[in-house]
Amino acid sequence: MKAFEHYAPDSVEELLELLKSKPNAKLIAGGTDLLLQMKEGTAQPETVVSLKNVEELGGFSVSKNGYRLGTGMTLRRITRSNELTQNFPGLIYAAGVVASEQIRSLATLGGNICNASPSADMVPPLIALDAVVQLVSSQSQRELPLSEFFKGPGESVLKSGEILHSIFLPQPSGSMIYSKHAPRKYMDLAVVGVAVRLAKKHGKINEARVALGAVGPVPFRAEKTEALLAGQTLTTELMREAGEMAAGECVPIDDIRGSAWYRKRMVKVHVRRNLEALR
Amino acid sequence: MKKIISFTVNGAKQELYLDTRKTLLKMLREDLELMGVHLGCGGGDCGACTVLLNGEPVTSCLVLAVDCEGAEITTVEGVQQNGELHPLQQSMIEKGGIQCGFCTPGMVMNSLALLRENPQPTETEVRQALSGNLCRCTGYAKIVEAVLDVGNAMTNSKEAG
Ligand SMILES: Cc1cc2nc3c(=O)[nH]c(=O)nc-3n(C[C@H](O)[C@H](O)[C@H](O)COP(=O)(O)OP(=O)(O)OC[C@H]3O[C@@H](n4cnc5c(N)ncnc54)[C@H](O)[C@@H]3O)c2cc1C
Ligand code: FES
Ligand code: FES
Repeated sequence: MKAFEHYAPDSVEELLELLKSKPNAKLIAGGTDLLLQMKEGTAQPETVVSLKNVEELGGFSVSKNGYRLGTGMTLRRITRSNELTQNFPGLIYAAGVVASEQIRSLATLGGNICNASPSADMVPPLIALDAVVQLVSSQSQRELPLSEFFKGPGESVLKSGEILHSIFLPQPSGSMIYSKHAPRKYMDLAVVGVAVRLAKKHGKINEARVALGAVGPVPFRAEKTEALLAGQTLTTELMREAGEMAAGECVPIDDIRGSAWYRKRMVKVHVRRNLEALR
Repeated sequence: MKKIISFTVNGAKQELYLDTRKTLLKMLREDLELMGVHLGCGGGDCGACTVLLNGEPVTSCLVLAVDCEGAEITTVEGVQQNGELHPLQQSMIEKGGIQCGFCTPGMVMNSLALLRENPQPTETEVRQALSGNLCRCTGYAKIVEAVLDVGNAMTNSKEAG
């Protein structure tokens, strides 16, 4: 590992000033992605800035409109919050199927998103919940839907000096289910990750979200499938069609975890199953 | 590059001048000679390096020592009580949950975190909690049994006392 200098600021202001003066600094949150990359030599930062002492990023707050989650929250803490579990059971389920208890004690929400892995488990559920990300730097502040945050594997719209400060989740409407397809029950990365949210009115779907992970260069919304579902009554035939349409919307690759063909099949199955569970 | 850092390990205050690259695992083994912290994979997969960091189980191979300023760390060397093995350690021996012993410190530390939060876990809860700890010898059944048994014993003795 290359030598690096290490800073641990204890406020967001201090952190942003530091990033301004050290434009090549790398942020470390839990380190479960970054430290591995540093050990392997795929990341070689000269300056590492830790988020551990920045309390402002470590909790969540509630307002009339929704919830604001700090990106420094660890996945273990997220799974221990009764309030979040009550309001976002599908999201808390996703946090609980990441890695192991020991990794979840370290891994943060922000790290899971900013690492920009196509298979990150928190991302499809957050997209399906219409999450909005707040990006701040010493000069600017901007918000955008999480679905527009990713540019490619390992790449996001984050600029030098900018951090992912928090995630805004509107008050939940309808129910959301995340399912992770992996050969092993625990300690495995998703071969496909499928989040589906439906809000219904008078027996008809008035809002549908289908967000897919590990079946393209970035996690994304299957918008054609969402349009197919909107305004309809959920029938067996419609669930089957939605599965097929979602499979058609993915652009997976063949890799060690599964072939593109298999991934499409699994998207079809999981979209259908999640819809059945939401019927 | 180096940095001074202070923290508590097994109840004793420590202050060290460390290379920023050093992991918590290496610091515990090399600087404090706590050899119960085992290096298996070095990548978060095997759990042999599990210690408690502010009460939470973590893979110490994926933590920078310099990120532990002010932290309270417990290793397997710190779980005995007044010179006696912790009931969980005793149970691991009695149930045959130890063969080569390589995974044992990590198993003990992670199980301890589970039992503190959930003193009477179900078998599924134990298996789920220990999913980040690999064992090449025992086939897990005896380890799970040891944790379940001590959970019951600790609760019973509390009720009796
Ligand atoms: C054994 C093992 C198993 C795993 N299994 C899974 C799994 O099943 N599912 C899954 O999704 N992931 C898994 N992971 C990956 C990893 O644990 C998660 O992605 C984790 O959430 C990353 O969070 P972190 O805090 O550790 O990130 P870090 O490693 O600290 O950071 C990751 C990246 O994000 C950047 N970053 C972090 N926070 C911010 C911020 N607030 N603003 C801007 N940039 C930021 C860092 O600079 C870095 O580039 C696994 C990892 C390991 C080692
Ligand atoms: S050595 Fe740390 S998890 Fe394997
Ligand atoms: S006892 Fe040998 S690895 Fe578990």
